[in-house]
Amino acid sequence: MIELPVNDIGGDTLKLNELTISELRRLLDNREIKPREVLDDIYGHIDAVEDKVKSYITITKDVAYEMAKDAGQAILDNKASQLTGIPVAVKDNMCTKGILTTCASKILHNFIPPYESTVTARLKEQGYILTGKTNLDEFAMGSSTENSGFHTTRNPWDLERVPGGSSGGSAAAVAAQECIAAIGSDTGGSIRQPASLCGVVGLKPTYGRVSRYGLVAFASSLDQIGPITKNVTDAAIMLNAIAGHDPKDSTSAPIDVPDFAKALGQEIKGLKIGIPKEYFIEGMDEDVEDSVRSAIKKLESLGAIPVEVSLPHTGYAVATYYILATSEASSNLARYDGVKYGFRASGKDLLDMYMNTRSQGFGAEVKRRIMLGTYALSAGYYDAYYKKGQQVRTLIKQDFDNAFKDVDVIVTPTSPGAAFKIGEKTTDPLQMYLSDIFTISVNLAGVPAISIPCGFTKNNLPIGLQIIGKHFDEESILKIAYAYERITEWHLRRPSI
Amino acid sequence: MSQALNVERQASLYEKYEAVIGLEVHAQMLTETKIFCGCSTKFGSEPNTQTCPVCIGMPGVLPVLNKKALKFAIKTGLAVNCKISPYSRFARKNYFYPDLPKGYQISQYELPICEKGYIEIVVDGEIKRIGITRIHMEEDAGKNIHEGGGNYSFVDLNRAGIPLMEIVSEPDIRSPKEAAEYMKKLRTILRYLDICDGNMEQGSLRCDANVSIRPVGQKEYGTRAEVKNINSFKFVEKALEYEIKRQIKVVEEDGKVIQETRLWDSNKGATLSMRGKEEAHDYRYFPEPDLVPITADKEWIDGIRTKLPELPDAKRERFVSEYGIPEYDADLLTSEKAIADWYEDAVAAGGQPKAVSNWMMGDLMKMLNEENKPIEECPLSPEQLAGMLKLMDNGTISGKIAKTVFEEMYRTRENADEIVKEKGLIQISDRGEIEKAIDDILAKSQKEVERYNAGDEKLLGFFVGQVMKATKGKANPQVVNDILKKKLK
Repeated sequence: MIELPVNDIGGDTLKLNELTISELRRLLDNREIKPREVLDDIYGHIDAVEDKVKSYITITKDVAYEMAKDAGQAILDNKASQLTGIPVAVKDNMCTKGILTTCASKILHNFIPPYESTVTARLKEQGYILTGKTNLDEFAMGSSTENSGFHTTRNPWDLERVPGGSSGGSAAAVAAQECIAAIGSDTGGSIRQPASLCGVVGLKPTYGRVSRYGLVAFASSLDQIGPITKNVTDAAIMLNAIAGHDPKDSTSAPIDVPDFAKALGQEIKGLKIGIPKEYFIEGMDEDVEDSVRSAIKKLESLGAIPVEVSLPHTGYAVATYYILATSEASSNLARYDGVKYGFRASGKDLLDMYMNTRSQGFGAEVKRRIMLGTYALSAGYYDAYYKKGQQVRTLIKQDFDNAFKDVDVIVTPTSPGAAFKIGEKTTDPLQMYLSDIFTISVNLAGVPAISIPCGFTKNNLPIGLQIIGKHFDEESILKIAYAYERITEWHLRRPSI
Repeated sequence: MSQALNVERQASLYEKYEAVIGLEVHAQMLTETKIFCGCSTKFGSEPNTQTCPVCIGMPGVLPVLNKKALKFAIKTGLAVNCKISPYSRFARKNYFYPDLPKGYQISQYELPICEKGYIEIVVDGEIKRIGITRIHMEEDAGKNIHEGGGNYSFVDLNRAGIPLMEIVSEPDIRSPKEAAEYMKKLRTILRYLDICDGNMEQGSLRCDANVSIRPVGQKEYGTRAEVKNINSFKFVEKALEYEIKRQIKVVEEDGKVIQETRLWDSNKGATLSMRGKEEAHDYRYFPEPDLVPITADKEWIDGIRTKLPELPDAKRERFVSEYGIPEYDADLLTSEKAIADWYEDAVAAGGQPKAVSNWMMGDLMKMLNEENKPIEECPLSPEQLAGMLKLMDNGTISGKIAKTVFEEMYRTRENADEIVKEKGLIQISDRGEIEKAIDDILAKSQKEVERYNAGDEKLLGFFVGQVMKATKGKANPQVVNDILKKKLK
């Protein structure tokens, strides 16, 4: 189906952890390699670089080798699926039965879920191998993993810099080749922004495409799970595995799922590509703007037609997002009260216990957002904030609906800048929030978007191109992303750590 | 804290003021599983044995609406003349409490499933319509258990997630009596629909009341107090009477009723202040993002409507017109669907409608009540009652004997004809046999015969009694009367 590079599998230089899903698939199915050999290379490499990168919160080596046995048997029995024997890292805000799931929060430092999330259950059905649970900003709130309650993940391209966030651990693990692919979650850009900053592919599917059951909620109406991979083909393979209606999630759409891999390789000639004028703003990193503009030229060279479009309410997106997302979060995080599971502080009475547990268990950013959201939902403020936010959200959604009357996809930078220095923005939450300025509207509108590597800054830091699609039209963005990837080499570059 | 008022003064004050009452009734729905997960709703299991990640509020879980609960809410709405909203949604009610595992209750707020209905009650022979503002669905909370005496409490989450309906009335209720009638009517309807068992003591039906008073004739409402924890049918009237008197006393003593939540304390027979307006929760309601809005299409609703059972009001009217029984009988017989069904089965088996009604409202209810049994556990079948009535009709047994037969039937579950045969209770209608007995009595009772002939006609009863005694109650009373009158002339 897909042309693969010929690998020198007999040589000493080939490291299996450096391959993609589709490359490994061929080798595994041809029985040239065994799942445990892939794992040996993965964990060998983790041993070498993890101290520097710190992608993971929990490394599940024992579980992984058990899973590798089953995967090996399935391959021998000719029962392999696309992901059988493929080592995948999972963001630590998705419940894995019997395996610590912390959300990078002290309040869940000891939480071992008694149930499996739908996404990891689907990966399991396919015979995937869980390499470990990756780091994130606490409860997925942040853009750098600096808000993790445990440690900050480093960008594999420059260990002094952040990997982005909140799925920074997943993106760094893929970029550092500590896994073959990873799962992240995206509420305002949390898959795409770190993918962009780490030079890998990140796909946020349409809201409702992938079940959220077992994803620890940050903002329920915005959260969506998606893959972070080394290339577009792998993103399609991963999406195939996790997409589809789930009776356990009423917000997952009961609609048919196409074979996303089939979209790859199709012509993009004549497709209309919207360029929103509001997304090329003052103060944007020059390298970013240049890379994105030349990417658009590349697409043009393949026959795509660029069309200027307008998304007039873009300027309100960040404000709207921080009202709606924090409102939902203030309610979603109420369950961490020290009564049932997780961290419990002592206290002289119930109220005291509640307050001690929550003030000691949550980090500063989480507390900031709980307070913001509580305020926005309070009697007397609801209409001015939450309700108004919902109204603006509708306008932002309409912006996309209108734009998509004229174009097939919309192309923008993923982030206004490349990876920033650790500590650079921690004292200024607003600056931090602005790093999601191009990704947030997509969540508010519920449409799908992908970030793919499209260049490097002068400092050799990756730059991401965001391709936004219509509701449930992941095929178009995958198709265009694949077409671009095929004529560029950005996605083949790897950091040296 | 409150003194009893002088009874007379109280009575006159009571007339000077008018109470305005609205009720918020919570009804547990009789679904097999919880409203947002598959856990069982069975009552009385070991703590925390009917729970799962969803109803415990584990990180990452999501609710999925139990369609049966939705159907029940719609059914109830239709039964109390509500409009069913074509577009309705859930909302989160946020507050912290250990028995509330998610830190919010999934309820409905802006867009409830049913709105603008009414039910009719009868008070002092007058029909009165009580408006229903809305009916909405929500999940029940768990239970905190304070046991063991230590510095801790237990939490049982078996009840967390049991489906509830909140039925909110308009402030149309004007007296504790009306409130009680409203509650009774609502309970009857819910039981007819098999949606709630209506057990206030077990908490499957709960009632909070918003109460205010105003001078008769005043249009504006007074400041209301909310009375919670009315956990028994008999307390509905008591709690409201207390609260109304309390408010009248406050106003009469130049005080002001304050807006607050009060708890009914059945031991003290009083409502006690729980929290004031300032301490009222800000629940920060907002639309529940984990559940899609409910779109109930018209066809589905119409389907539910056509399958609604006959409701108490309609049944009562039909009993009057179809069986020709008095309104009073019909009202009692339709108070429970099971009683009404029992009645109709007995009539269908050949029982004369009024006779069946008399026996049910009399002897049968008396005997069931003595044993505290519902009609479902009646040892006697409707067919058996009809069978006994047939024996009365065709003269096999007398009404007096029937009482004995009925008790025997209830006790042994045997059919009337068998009992009559075994015990030799068949009525004697043979004139010769009765005449002989009468002659014996009259011969023995010369004095009474003389007095009767002298005009003391009341003595006829004495003679009848003697004859019945001699025949062990089996003589046909009509024949006895007939012959006696002839002989004594």
